[in-house]
Amino acid sequence: MEKTWNNKAWFMVLPVLLLVAFSAVIPLMTVVNYSVQDTFGNNQFFWAGTEWFEEILHSERFHAALGRNLVFSFIILAIEVPLGIVIALNMPRKGWGVPVCLVLMALPLLIPWNVVGTIWQVFGRVDIGLLGYTLAKLGINYNYVQNPMHAWFTVIIMDIWHWTSLVVLLCYAGLVSIPDAFYQAAKIDGASRWAVFRYIQLPKMNRVLLIAVLLRFMDSFMIYTEPFVVTGGGPGNSTTFLSIDLVKVAVGQFDLGPAAAMSIIYFLIILLLSWVFYTIMTNYDAER
Amino acid sequence: MARIDLNHIRHAYGPNPKSDKDYALKEVHHSWEDGGAYALLGPSGCGKTTLLNIISGLIHPSHGQLLFNGEDVTNLSTQERNIAQVFQFPVIYDTMTVYDNLAFPLRNRGVPEAEIDRKVRETLEMIDLASWAKKKARGLTADQKQKISLGRGLVRSDVNAILFDEPLTVIDPHMKWVLRSQLKQLHQRFGYTMVYVTHDQTEALTFAQKVVVMYDGEIVQIGTPEELFERPKHTFVGYFIGSPGMNVMPVKLAGGMAQIGSHQIQLPSPAMPVAAGKIELGIRPEYVRLGRLGIPVKIAKVEDIGRHKIVRTRLENQEIAVIVGEGQDIPAEPHVAFDPKGINIYADSWRVEGQ
Repeated sequence: MEKTWNNKAWFMVLPVLLLVAFSAVIPLMTVVNYSVQDTFGNNQFFWAGTEWFEEILHSERFHAALGRNLVFSFIILAIEVPLGIVIALNMPRKGWGVPVCLVLMALPLLIPWNVVGTIWQVFGRVDIGLLGYTLAKLGINYNYVQNPMHAWFTVIIMDIWHWTSLVVLLCYAGLVSIPDAFYQAAKIDGASRWAVFRYIQLPKMNRVLLIAVLLRFMDSFMIYTEPFVVTGGGPGNSTTFLSIDLVKVAVGQFDLGPAAAMSIIYFLIILLLSWVFYTIMTNYDAER
Repeated sequence: MARIDLNHIRHAYGPNPKSDKDYALKEVHHSWEDGGAYALLGPSGCGKTTLLNIISGLIHPSHGQLLFNGEDVTNLSTQERNIAQVFQFPVIYDTMTVYDNLAFPLRNRGVPEAEIDRKVRETLEMIDLASWAKKKARGLTADQKQKISLGRGLVRSDVNAILFDEPLTVIDPHMKWVLRSQLKQLHQRFGYTMVYVTHDQTEALTFAQKVVVMYDGEIVQIGTPEELFERPKHTFVGYFIGSPGMNVMPVKLAGGMAQIGSHQIQLPSPAMPVAAGKIELGIRPEYVRLGRLGIPVKIAKVEDIGRHKIVRTRLENQEIAVIVGEGQDIPAEPHVAFDPKGINIYADSWRVEGQ
């Protein structure tokens, strides 16, 4: 059959192009637009070039916030992923325990971010909160409003409480997809509990773990609402993450130019780190 | 290798079995020879996998004992029973090489590395995968993966039995033949006790020395392929084995004759023991002759399957299948005659012995 060669098929992608334009490209371009200009109000703009970018990249305040983000993401990944695997391994595979566990696990995920923040804000209060009050009664001088370490501890525990379930559910899905025959074969081969985990369960969870790590990394790197509600970024700047800092600049100080430049840098960092993660993990996967 | 004794074994999945219906496996009492190749054949849900899992130790039977070489292993774990099993879907350790897959069961048992190396190389030769030793197991084809599963059993020289749970289900048809003949060779060379579960009669009949036919939780017959074909003990064996299966028709017995509707058929031996219950006559299509003599029938359908024709005839309300040679023509006024040596009489579905 004779093949027809023309470019009419491009019209087919037009609707998608429009959708993407309105949902992503145009909003993003407005930010780019702000980032290269300066304004003194009255809707008057002056060309600023790369000035804002240079300022942000050299600002210590930005470096500090970025550092806090990286440390935070590292800590919660280091805790949530192993913890999630351990919980998933110990969840029942059949019987009435399955729906009970699944619902319990899904509950924290269903609570809106600001509500989670509020819960922990109250929970940790020394005067009326269960946690804060109990710790105080035990003689531990816990105060997340004044002590930066305590603030970090609270924010991290809160994130673990909120998001470990996601890792658990993903791992559990990976685990239940392993056919019984694998466990039976392992029994026949005389495999130890550890060998079963190392050679059957872990390889089968590989892909879902990759997704779990990526999702948890991106989410934790963009964390805003919960620490904002609990600590407001304090005490001092100790829990001011990039997102909180960004809102301070954009809404608090109304510095549109620096805020826009910061958004773009922030976005590029997440994109870059996610890409690096993904590449490393898929390469590792392919090698094995 | 071991002799396997199934000592009054019964199994129910529910907690409190009361009637026969609650048992997935009704009383099984047999002895399987050391070095024998047995095929468990039957339709889905007949209890063949249950029986296999009882032998492998994945299921503990509700009643009865299992003996390997006369030693009671009923309460031993799968690991302690020292058996090998090949599953329906290939089970391999994805992240390991072919070599490591085979070494895995030995390493778990703390065998010295030098001994492992010798055994693994030997087994790789046996299953024809020597050149793949260093490859990752995950990239292999389904039949190669099944060979690895088998190899993990063969590598342990002291296994009591090798069990196969429909191992060729996911294998391409042309590879099935190859694998089956390799299995047979291994069996002949090394004399493993093999138990092979399948619902495919061709597979069972070509693989096994003894075929164990199961139906509704019971073993209905254990026999050589020939015995199953010539003298099916149960009408189920008659129509499950053979293509098409045996013709089974209700008859009345009287003085060495069987009566079908208004027609009489001469039985092979006149001294037929009188049996009570529902009496049926069974005859394989291969033993029915289509010609101008015998009982008049109508022809319902002719299926030409290449090497022969299957003629579906009707005798009053009874369908009788007949196998007719390719070259033979079908008479205009067809009659069927039954070859006496192919006639079996059944009372309540069980064959009346001493015919």
